[in-house]
Amino acid sequence: MVIRSLWILFAVLLAGLTCSAHAEASVEADGRGRPITLWHAYRGAEQQALQNTLSAWKLRQVETLAVPYDAYAAKLAAAIKLGQGPDLFIDAHERLGNYRSRKLVAPVGDALSDPDAFLPQAMAAIRHGGQAYGVPLSQKCVALFFNPTWVKAPPLYLEGLNAALRQPLPTGSFLLAYENGNAYAHAALLHGFGGRFLDDHDGFAFLGPPAESSLIFARDLVTRGEVPENADGALVTTLFRSGKAAFAISGPWLAADLSAAKIPYGISVLPRLKATGQPLRPFLTIEAVMLTPRGAARSEVRALARYLGGRDAAKRRQKLARVDSARRDVVPDEKDHVLRAFRQQAAQAVVMPSSLAMQAVWEPARRALRQVLSARSDAGPALRQAQRRFADVRRPPPAPRSPTPWLLALGGLMLLASWRLYRRARDAEFREAVRRSMPAYAYVIHAVIAIGVLVVLPLLAGALIALYAGQPGEMYFVGAAHFLSLVTARGGDLLGSGSFYVVLFVTVLWTALNLVCHLAIGLSLGVLLARPVLRGRALYRVLLIIPWAVPSYVTALAWKGMFHRQFGAVTGLIHQLNRVFGTEMEPIAWFSRFSTALTANVATNVWLGFPFIMVVTMAALTAVPREVLDAATVDGATRWQRLRRVTLPMIRPTMLPAVLLGAIWTFNMFNVVFLVSGGEPDGQTDILVSEAYRWAFTRGAQYGYAAAYAVLIFFLLAGSTFFAARWRDRASSREAALAGGVS
Amino acid sequence: MRASRGRVSLGESVLVHASLLLAVGFAIYPVLWVVSLAISGDTTPEPRLLPLPEAPTLDHFREVMTSGAGGQGSGLFWKQLFNSLVVSAATAFVGVAIAIPAAYALARFEFVGKRAGLGALVATQMFPAVCSAVPLYILLDGLGLLNSRTGLVLCYATTAVPFAIFQLRAAFESIPIELEEAAMVDGATRAQAFVRVVLPVVRPAIAVTCLFAFISAYNEFILAATLLGREEAFTLPVVLQRYVGEHDANWPAFAAGAVLVSVPVMVLFYALQKHLVAGLTAGAVKG
Repeated sequence: MVIRSLWILFAVLLAGLTCSAHAEASVEADGRGRPITLWHAYRGAEQQALQNTLSAWKLRQVETLAVPYDAYAAKLAAAIKLGQGPDLFIDAHERLGNYRSRKLVAPVGDALSDPDAFLPQAMAAIRHGGQAYGVPLSQKCVALFFNPTWVKAPPLYLEGLNAALRQPLPTGSFLLAYENGNAYAHAALLHGFGGRFLDDHDGFAFLGPPAESSLIFARDLVTRGEVPENADGALVTTLFRSGKAAFAISGPWLAADLSAAKIPYGISVLPRLKATGQPLRPFLTIEAVMLTPRGAARSEVRALARYLGGRDAAKRRQKLARVDSARRDVVPDEKDHVLRAFRQQAAQAVVMPSSLAMQAVWEPARRALRQVLSARSDAGPALRQAQRRFADVRRPPPAPRSPTPWLLALGGLMLLASWRLYRRARDAEFREAVRRSMPAYAYVIHAVIAIGVLVVLPLLAGALIALYAGQPGEMYFVGAAHFLSLVTARGGDLLGSGSFYVVLFVTVLWTALNLVCHLAIGLSLGVLLARPVLRGRALYRVLLIIPWAVPSYVTALAWKGMFHRQFGAVTGLIHQLNRVFGTEMEPIAWFSRFSTALTANVATNVWLGFPFIMVVTMAALTAVPREVLDAATVDGATRWQRLRRVTLPMIRPTMLPAVLLGAIWTFNMFNVVFLVSGGEPDGQTDILVSEAYRWAFTRGAQYGYAAAYAVLIFFLLAGSTFFAARWRDRASSREAALAGGVS
Repeated sequence: MRASRGRVSLGESVLVHASLLLAVGFAIYPVLWVVSLAISGDTTPEPRLLPLPEAPTLDHFREVMTSGAGGQGSGLFWKQLFNSLVVSAATAFVGVAIAIPAAYALARFEFVGKRAGLGALVATQMFPAVCSAVPLYILLDGLGLLNSRTGLVLCYATTAVPFAIFQLRAAFESIPIELEEAAMVDGATRAQAFVRVVLPVVRPAIAVTCLFAFISAYNEFILAATLLGREEAFTLPVVLQRYVGEHDANWPAFAAGAVLVSVPVMVLFYALQKHLVAGLTAGAVKG
């Protein structure tokens, strides 16, 4: 009966998959000529505005795809290279440098017929080497929001925010909320002090008195309690929405949120700094339509891009999505204070550099910022460290090497292998063994093919990248250069921060802590839930797998929120304890010390992972025959003895694979580290695999170096499992010998 | 025999329930924050211990369920939920179907290359997939499986297979070989003995591997977002991830979506958990 229901399930699934395949085919068939494909990462009102403008364009059918922002760049890169990508896509201009170097975009040609119709900053953003690489749509930057309940009128100077209040703020409220731990938001302050992140030749310029003053200013805002610490975008929004922040520095997204909730707010350009007399100048982002090389060759695609950048479409967009247009001739309505403020702000903003060097600035700058904000370091040393980090990331890739020695070695190895194979094949005993193995091969062949093609092949190809350097698309062979620089800690201090060995130690610690906690909690709960008499067993089981069932992205962020020093539930608990016991415990700044930050990460990951071990334990326990346990009871064994001596040894073989694989997965579990501590403080809680991801995705796409990390991780894990297995074999054979001697 | 197991002292029972309740508290407390966020119409940031919602509303759920390019009532959400369920169930089915024979062979037969195969199987789990996304993409393109849910299912299933093989192999090894031999003495073929006798006994392990494959496929979004090319083909995690933008995120909607998404998993687990009791039918090995 089980079998029959399985077959029915299979048939249903097959039907589900094929009916969808059918639908795909029918889309291809109708429509005159190939439709134009457009990808974007818009949502909400902006997405609707885009659909609206597209529906007014009748020339050719346009297929849109809304991709999650987190997967956008990766999907674009993978698809465009294979000719599977869109004809055109919408993205922020600051990624043009990256896209250009990877040849994912082409000059727009006649899609931009009237450059003078666009604002000068917009044209500057999409131009490179005399060519335009996009048709500007809208411009986005942050501005000053104020709550009219608290604020009479926006002040002229940032130092005068307090004086602009109608009355003193109640305790628990903040004068100003902005994402102070974020280098993007800090840019406004930095520019106000006359500093900048990059000089004209892509050199690191986040240094010297202006940069230091900006950091000290930001820190003082926090120490005076005027600005909340560690605020992310969501916190800024909720603080301002709930009236707990008189001012906020945020972008059009906050305006959209407030308007949707019908919350009154005022908006103006960012104030000046009394210290320098200069205005705060935020970074400006130009959103543009970009053409892929395939799309740029089609005249109807260029026509669509021209239409999207044109006056009518811009007006529609401005009306529906309420974002400021990048066109001169589409001026915000006289009465629309929000858009007028944003246009004014954009005129005195700094166009974000789109060069590859800018990508390498964010992480060092963010770390320096956070070090100073949490008072772990002074501004000067923090900035000098950031400069060293920038230089390290930007240092030229290793020189090309000839692959000949590697090819010779590979050839030699293959000769050796084939010779051995030949020798064994001539061995009659071996041939007999292979012949006897044939029935077994029939059982495994499909698994071998499936895993070989879809798992091993991509992994091997990924691993091979470790021998190459350079930007994707123009990689060249460098041999073992990446590995050398990894094991020598990039020429720096072997035990310095971020060195391979230090990160390895943290990774091992992280894995061990997780493994112990997972096993302790998972095993005990599994054993408890397997009790034959337990009221509400099914309910307990379902409730206890909840951490596994809810998507981990959102629960990991819920954990991070619980550890916030000012607003987290843990701080709520501390306040509660203080109230009840009259103690005076201070809230803990979880992410400013290594030990507490690691604790937060481990707590989250233990929570995410214990249900897995619990379920595996429950399954393993079903194989323990009751007769054995009953016999042990008859022999007078206590409950604990039965567990220790009978149950655990009996489930050990069944548990072992899950525990081993669980340990390996934990070793490579980067998303908890990314989402909870984000490596804080100062990258100390990063593990090997999160370092690898940083090299691949935030440090200028150094895939070769990231792959070298992956290969090293592989060898470390493979080596340790191998030795653990040998050690276990030896231990068990010694045990067996001992037992033999006794008998 | 029944009496010896049935006698559970009151104190012990209280202790067991107390520890289980504590564990349940630990398990659901963070999720309660997510639920609270999902049903709050308004949120005030302040350090609170109890995740009580403010101005409760179901708007966020409504927003998630009516999402999509077509706006109100396009039914896209349900289509995507259907995608998620079909893809995950197919992943579990395909993954386990591939794994069962392989695991059986690894448990019961001796053959040339067995040790190497087992080693290679663990090895696949040790490689972080930092750089293998693009090769995988090229490969699927070459196989003509790009932009199709079938390709996605194959990717998910093959990633789930190594764990499934290990889990099932351990389960097969834990049952005495006499069971099959007895069936074969009674006139069953090897295949019949396998299907009729062995498979029912390893039901718990099959349930666990199915659950594992199902959940990992059900919550994955990066691969799904990269490999699928149309919104109607997207799975729900991809759609949920869309609530997170570069500068801002619609967390209440994301939380509401996450709560909705986890309901089928809990229903599935509720249905599966009865297979997690008593695998060996009483007396099966008494012979």
